[in-house]
Amino acid sequence: MTEQVDTGRRHFLTVATVATGAVGAAFVAVPFLASWKPSARAKAMGAPVEVDISKLEPGAMLKVEWRGKAIFVVHRTPQLLALLEGMEPKLRDPESNESDQPEFARNKERALKPEYLVLVGVCTHLGCAPLDKFTPGDATVAADWEGGFFCPCHGSKFDMSGRVFKDVPAPTNLPVPPYRFVSDARILIGAEAENA
Amino acid sequence: MGSTSHTAKAGGGRLAALTTWIDDRFPMTKMWKEQVAEYYAPKNMNFWYFFGSLALFVMVIQIVTGIFLTMNYKPSAAEAFGSVEYIMRDVEWGWLIRYMHSTGASAFFVVVYLHMFRALLYGSYQKPRELLWIFGMLIYFVLMGLAFFGYLLPWGNMSYWGAQVIVSLFGAVPVVGDSLMEWIRGDYYISDITLNRFFAMHVIALPLVLVFLVIAHLIALHEVGSNNPDGVEIKKVKGPDGIPLDGIAFHPYYTVKDIVGVGVFLIIFSLIIFYAPTVGGIFLEAPNFEPADPLRTPEHIAPVWYFTPFYAILRAVPSKSMGALLMGAAVVLFVFLPWLDRGKVKSIRYRGPLFKFFLFSFAISFVALGWLGLQAATPLYTNMARFFAVVYFAFFLLMPWYSSIDKTKPVPTRVTYHAH
Repeated sequence: MTEQVDTGRRHFLTVATVATGAVGAAFVAVPFLASWKPSARAKAMGAPVEVDISKLEPGAMLKVEWRGKAIFVVHRTPQLLALLEGMEPKLRDPESNESDQPEFARNKERALKPEYLVLVGVCTHLGCAPLDKFTPGDATVAADWEGGFFCPCHGSKFDMSGRVFKDVPAPTNLPVPPYRFVSDARILIGAEAENA
Repeated sequence: MGSTSHTAKAGGGRLAALTTWIDDRFPMTKMWKEQVAEYYAPKNMNFWYFFGSLALFVMVIQIVTGIFLTMNYKPSAAEAFGSVEYIMRDVEWGWLIRYMHSTGASAFFVVVYLHMFRALLYGSYQKPRELLWIFGMLIYFVLMGLAFFGYLLPWGNMSYWGAQVIVSLFGAVPVVGDSLMEWIRGDYYISDITLNRFFAMHVIALPLVLVFLVIAHLIALHEVGSNNPDGVEIKKVKGPDGIPLDGIAFHPYYTVKDIVGVGVFLIIFSLIIFYAPTVGGIFLEAPNFEPADPLRTPEHIAPVWYFTPFYAILRAVPSKSMGALLMGAAVVLFVFLPWLDRGKVKSIRYRGPLFKFFLFSFAISFVALGWLGLQAATPLYTNMARFFAVVYFAFFLLMPWYSSIDKTKPVPTRVTYHAH
């Protein structure tokens, strides 16, 4: 037995213990952090919903709930679709390049069938619910209002396809959820492909 | 009669014996002396020094009323709103306990903001109190978290949409924004799951952190010693007994002074609780008396007043990610004050005109932004918010410049004190 302390060995053991402990702590942290992700029940509740649009009058909008968000379904009349003409210069993302939508909605109408617009009714700024202000010149928005959606929280404006105007706080167009027509009168919201 | 005094004496003897018994096993008397009876604070501390002990007092109010609220509150989307109404109507004195807690939240921020402003006035964040200041800022961040999580719990419509707006801010984080929001909510929207976890954060996780930080803040304070309105280090001039000549014992001098502060505070606090617990929608917002509705946003979303200066900055920026970034910066910049300030003096009394100008404009812009954040965003108000945001940031970002070139006055070696 020597009186001298083997500091190299002591240092190695300290580092090894700390490293092993840190790896262990990292592994233990995983279940706790992962427990905050949506649970199996939350995922099941987020399943697609079917909407009956047979009674939706032309020019009217209905709201359904999918994953706790309002989904807007608008029956656009030819007059409302005409409002989309020549809007591009006033829009931030007219081609929907930076916005969230299925591939089929990356166009002016942003819809499978132009007469039916389906949007997530959640402002892309901070998640408020935009209001339907389809009448151009609606004084509750502005005298030169183009017609579309208006968010009362921070004044973001969207056109009749949910495309965002320039110079408003919202960064992107209103999202289009994945959806498909189950029949002419029924839309399934939350699933795009046949097998989903 | 003689026997009575004899008993009393024996009682005192027994008490002294008990003290000795404890002191042999736990440093009770030692801690009392070190932290209270023989903690020497500058004798010239003025009314600005009420707010530290008041913050501690409000924390006790919040913890006690909070514990009693959890006895009747139900953290579920189906029952939360009803259980708060139940507390307000059916639980004996429930309305008082609830209003004490909701008013206490605002009172907490009032005293903390004044406490922080005191530090700006007298340079209390400067060397050697940087760590003390950082602990204080961490306390402030935890308070903001507590207020945010707590505001969802009544499950009113403003609770709901306020949480929606704040959680959406995390969507501004590049790449992982959406998954991060989903992780915070535990769902695809603010739901029962979100409410349940916010409850856990509000009643146990953050209060534990808060208490720990408050203890660290006090230990750091008692290590470096209190600053004072002259910004003079009293430890530099000590008497032969080693006690600073300008220091007086915290107990009884400042305990007595702070009790007066608590008295005045309680008068105002009670007037609000009994006569105007909502303060016209500023402490408790009107839409929060309606249950949460995920499909209907209140006409005008505004956070509670203590967040509105930062909210006004967020709204003033026409870009979501920049807005969120600047709002975060507006809060976090305080942490760096000890290093932004190149001034050679601490107290406003000896600072030059530049510092006074910038501090004064900062105070005005903070209040103005707070007011603007409560209003609906009109183009005029948005432009005003932009102007005041610039003033706000100028205070911090130009500080290394104006604090170093400022014409300061000579600082005395002893505190200025006029006997009453």
